[in-house]
Amino acid sequence: MERNLMKGNEALAEAAIRAGCKCFFGYPITPQTELAAYMAKRMNKAGGVFLQAESEIAAINMVLGAASTGVRAMTSSSSPGVSLKAEGISYMAGSDLPGVIINVQRGGPGLGGIQPSQADYWQATRAMGHGDFQILVFAPSSVQEMVDMVIKAFDTADEYRMPAMILADGLLGQMMEPVSFPEITAKHVDKPWATNGHQNKRKHNIVNSLYLQAPDLQRTVQERFARYEKVKANCTDAELYMTEDADIIVTAYGATARVAKSAVNAAREAGIKVGMVRPKTLWPFPVKELNEGCKNAKAVLCVEMSMGQMIDDVKLALNCSIPVHFFGRTGGVIPTPNEIQAEIQKIGGAL
Amino acid sequence: MTSEIILAGFGGQGILFAGKVLAYCALAAEKELSWLPSYGPEMRGGTANCSVCISDKPIGSPLVLNPNLLIAMNLPSYAKFIGAVQPGGKAFIDSTLIDEKTDRTDIEAFYVPATQLASDNNLSGMANIILLGKLIKETGLFDLELIRKGLEKCIPPKKANLIDSNMKAIEIGFNF
Repeated sequence: MERNLMKGNEALAEAAIRAGCKCFFGYPITPQTELAAYMAKRMNKAGGVFLQAESEIAAINMVLGAASTGVRAMTSSSSPGVSLKAEGISYMAGSDLPGVIINVQRGGPGLGGIQPSQADYWQATRAMGHGDFQILVFAPSSVQEMVDMVIKAFDTADEYRMPAMILADGLLGQMMEPVSFPEITAKHVDKPWATNGHQNKRKHNIVNSLYLQAPDLQRTVQERFARYEKVKANCTDAELYMTEDADIIVTAYGATARVAKSAVNAAREAGIKVGMVRPKTLWPFPVKELNEGCKNAKAVLCVEMSMGQMIDDVKLALNCSIPVHFFGRTGGVIPTPNEIQAEIQKIGGAL
Repeated sequence: MTSEIILAGFGGQGILFAGKVLAYCALAAEKELSWLPSYGPEMRGGTANCSVCISDKPIGSPLVLNPNLLIAMNLPSYAKFIGAVQPGGKAFIDSTLIDEKTDRTDIEAFYVPATQLASDNNLSGMANIILLGKLIKETGLFDLELIRKGLEKCIPPKKANLIDSNMKAIEIGFNF
């Protein structure tokens, strides 16, 4: 397959178009702007709609509107902009609408900074808006995975009728790497619920998130959560790297996992039995895969570009059966392989 | 063997482009590679740098902190990165714009008056590529045929007339 050189942000856009995304609504923000710029150039030629909205809030509500007609729709932003989209994402979840939201994370809170960060983990997996709901969260670690996961995000979102997020970061968005585009076989999912005109041939559809009768709302939410159980059973994914004989398991996702892998390789060369489990889905969290990777481990080191957010899921997944240590950088600072290796050695020395 | 390269200078000197040329050469050579630009506050202040990693193995962190190859095209960049070069590494310095010399003896420093050479040869704006030519010569990273392939990939077709002048700049650096 031909290898191209592309920025992560551009690869996300190209993959979305190839996956059949027909509507892109965006609003510029560093470090994801190349994505919207690429869409502006390509979407029209690809037979779709590119629209720069007047705000992030408008953009996500346009996604809601487009998705309710059954087409594949997407928006992208970076951390502060994603916070603005929270209300719309909650409405989408409450209306059982599929759609893809891309978050190329930067440092926060507030306006924060523009350097890479992973401090939106809790937001993406715990509280992407008000109310009882989850969204699918994919965590690519390379430009190639950004392509593969956008396609998967659209397919899975359609299949389970829920929003999906690609949780990337500024490092992945800005870097160029070789990437190839597979022959895309986007899943065709029938959408009998879509509000695309009944032409007097069927009962009209309603897409809505308002239920004034409490028992009705409870039933709707409970049915949705039954669907989430299926997602948890079917959709988890993780990479297990040199875990078989490992005393120490490093857990990391996204760009941090690349740095962590360099540290794991260096620590292996120094004689430490260390491996890595890299969650590729953050919700649903790969509980089974993590336990499999940790079956012989005596300790875990969770590395993140935050003050420690995924570590909660790591502890829950392992039921706190072994110590879980943390090393993190935040505010846009990227951890170095040497720092992580030093942490691994510290834990190894105490085993 | 992984080449970890930092290219640094002012915005407008073609720092990111020179990094892209290396990246496209690595792509043509079927190697693993990454290219990461600075996009932070330093970019908005007028300086630019980028990290390029080239290897036979998958690239871990694309961010280079301690390069084994450095191209420095202005004094602030030289001051920032010369101390970070790995022992045994090589630094390529535009001596038209940087009149300092490093006292480090554990690295090899090559002083190329690239900006002067560019204007002498009617190739103004191509000091970056001249330095790249010197880097290719001293590292053997790619041969000239591959460089042409890399240039053909990263120069858009409507500017194809620039391929020959870029090749000329490469050769000036290569033969310096």
